[in-house]
Amino acid sequence: MTGVEIVPTDRALALIGGEPNDANLRRYLQGIPGVDAVGLQQRAAGLGTRSIKTTSKVWALDRTIGLIDLTTLEGADTPGKVRSLVAKAVTPDPADLSCPRVAAVCVYGDMVGHAVQALGASHGDPEAGGIAVAAVATAFPSGRSSRSIKLEDTADAVAAGADEIDMVIDRGAFLAGRFGAVYDEIVAVKEACRRPDGTYAHLKVILETGELNTYDNVRRASWLAILAGGDFIKTSTGKVSPAATLPVTLLMLEVVRDWHRISGHRVGVKPAGGIRTSKDAIKYLVTVAETTGEEWLTPHLFRFGASSLLNDVLLQRQKVATGHYSGPDYVTID
Amino acid sequence: MTFLDYAPAPESQSVLNLRNEYGLFIGGEFRAGSGTPFASINPATEKHIATIAHANEADVDAAVAAARKAYEKTWSRLSGSDRGKYLFRIARLVQERARELAVAESLDNGKPIKESRDVDVPLVAAWFFYYAGWADKLDHVGLGAAPAPLGVAAQVIPWNFPLLMLAWKIAPALAAGNTVVLKPAETTSLTALLFAEIVQQADLPPGVVNIVTGAGDSGKPLVGHPDADIVAFTGSTPVGRAIARQTAGTRKRVILELGGKAANIVFDDAPIDQAIEGIVNGIFFNQGHVCCAGSRLLVQESVHDEVVDRLKARLSTLRLGDPLDKNTDIGAINSASQLERIRTLSDVGEAEGAERWTAPCEIPANGFWFAPTIFTNVSTSHRIAREEIFGPVLSVLTFRTPAEAIAKANNTPYGLSAGIWTDKGSRILAVADQLRAGVIWANTFNRFDPSSPFGGYKESGYGREGGRHGIAAYLRTSTSTNGATK
Repeated sequence: MTGVEIVPTDRALALIGGEPNDANLRRYLQGIPGVDAVGLQQRAAGLGTRSIKTTSKVWALDRTIGLIDLTTLEGADTPGKVRSLVAKAVTPDPADLSCPRVAAVCVYGDMVGHAVQALGASHGDPEAGGIAVAAVATAFPSGRSSRSIKLEDTADAVAAGADEIDMVIDRGAFLAGRFGAVYDEIVAVKEACRRPDGTYAHLKVILETGELNTYDNVRRASWLAILAGGDFIKTSTGKVSPAATLPVTLLMLEVVRDWHRISGHRVGVKPAGGIRTSKDAIKYLVTVAETTGEEWLTPHLFRFGASSLLNDVLLQRQKVATGHYSGPDYVTID
Repeated sequence: MTFLDYAPAPESQSVLNLRNEYGLFIGGEFRAGSGTPFASINPATEKHIATIAHANEADVDAAVAAARKAYEKTWSRLSGSDRGKYLFRIARLVQERARELAVAESLDNGKPIKESRDVDVPLVAAWFFYYAGWADKLDHVGLGAAPAPLGVAAQVIPWNFPLLMLAWKIAPALAAGNTVVLKPAETTSLTALLFAEIVQQADLPPGVVNIVTGAGDSGKPLVGHPDADIVAFTGSTPVGRAIARQTAGTRKRVILELGGKAANIVFDDAPIDQAIEGIVNGIFFNQGHVCCAGSRLLVQESVHDEVVDRLKARLSTLRLGDPLDKNTDIGAINSASQLERIRTLSDVGEAEGAERWTAPCEIPANGFWFAPTIFTNVSTSHRIAREEIFGPVLSVLTFRTPAEAIAKANNTPYGLSAGIWTDKGSRILAVADQLRAGVIWANTFNRFDPSSPFGGYKESGYGREGGRHGIAAYLRTSTSTNGATK
């Protein structure tokens, strides 16, 4: 990293050659070379065949836990459920206190205060040993509401203490080719992430790749989100199928790698939804390490959005430690 | 240690049950050869694997006689559906013993286990399944009335895909009703001999498949044998030429699948990340020991620098080392003599003024290794742009227009394969139409399928293997030929 923080929107100006609007964003995004779906899937499948054993596996399991955004995003969520989730985040395996903590808990906006309270002294930057609070905002998961509501939703969560905001893009506008509208909204939400002291909550931009449908679209949306100032690009809400897939995540990592090449600026990637097993998680770690490099395997640059993944990793961890498999009753349900 | 230094993940050799010595497989039995036995070594460690019998002229005679007898007495008299049953049985046995075959192939050849496991052996099974299905349908697929087998097939295969080349040769020959005598390359006899065990296990009538091992002095009498009806050879162009001379003026049908110097053409609108993968797969798959390897990269000038930069970054992530480690991308060079040839031609490339770049990787102390290498600033007149290197060495040339790309791609005595990378479908068709190559891949490379004919133009040989063409090659399809019965 250059050490100098680059303002992504300035980069956008330089890259697309003028004030971003529908016309020049379209020219830029549609000028990016296409994606060959078969080739992309083959590469992802190839990365999926790496064999991670012994010491590498031990490291990968612990690192996976440290990269999880432990998530509950249900209409039925209650403060009690969130407290329980936080307890799990702080002490994932009560039988093994050496187990690392997850990176963050991810909740709806109205639960942010409860999460912050429950975390207490554990609340903090995951790279400094803390646990962050991430909130979904902007009329998650559909994103179908007015701009003012979305910004209010964001500001509200930030005010309640959220460290990270997971916003959704306006897929309708994107698919209709109104790239300028999508861009403007990300810029506006980023501004709504600003705290009174001038710092910003980290912004994760959810592309909802399952609705974008083509890999070309995913690549364009990734560039759009980065140019507009997203700190992270995230695959999915988890409410639409398909959610995260390895090829989609690989593609987004390639964009992040290319952006780093031209700007020196690092953007994070968060696959979310559908990653349930350690085996799958390790495939993602391999894909990150072999695409953007190992330095991306930190909470500031890579996250798993997951809920059931944690327990499978804990079972694998116990197996490595004791030599035999236990069972679902030896990990807590949340 | 960092995560990317993945902990060793070696495939276990415990599935292997090798003998110390292997004889010739003639008439359904292993028997000693009359020549001086030779050693097969592991190219990654130079350690001895097994002692292999050496067939001389008398042994070849015996093998051809066994094949002739099996042809006359049993195989040509079986119905197509019965031949198919045997072939299906072989295919299933290959699948059952897949791990063992993959480990043996990597041990003997030096190729990474992920390739023998995920490419070679599955394709071997696919080839037998595919041609098993043809055996009972030959009368009904437009090959004329009552297509008949030719008789005894003399088949000589190379060391780059030992078991897969065996399958390409044996599966269509048997499906058509011929019997075979096959000679594997002297450095890679092992899986052919394991295949002989599978033939026994499948209870194939004795003599239908015969395997004679040895070097060129065993191959020559086989190719020249007066009782062989068809000669099928895959290997180098010089040997192919010698075989063409040797068989000229005889009644033998000949199929030659020889060298190549394929152009892999990247246009400026290509899907760039996938093109990089395709370039890597095109020339570094199997250490570049592939006759259809994309060894000449033709890049449109406007994207040359970007492609070369990305290619170098990607090559730096390739893992060279123990072929039996499941994470190895680049294995060992098959033999000391091949390594010498790669070194010589690479030095020539440098001397002629091309710019050499080698991927940073540690070379193991023993065995034969060559790190992935790219030459830029290559001109069409350089030897590395004209001669087949048959190793992990890529020559990068540039072009400005589609017409120039086509002219450069065709400017070679070979014509086996080519690749086209562009997002534009109409350009794929227009360019493919004008390339003189037997196989053309669009936005992919080195993909094989039993239903797709494979073979070359010009000095890359003649005849096709795979698909309907592949079985027609082993059949007498006119109604007016001699009295060969089905």
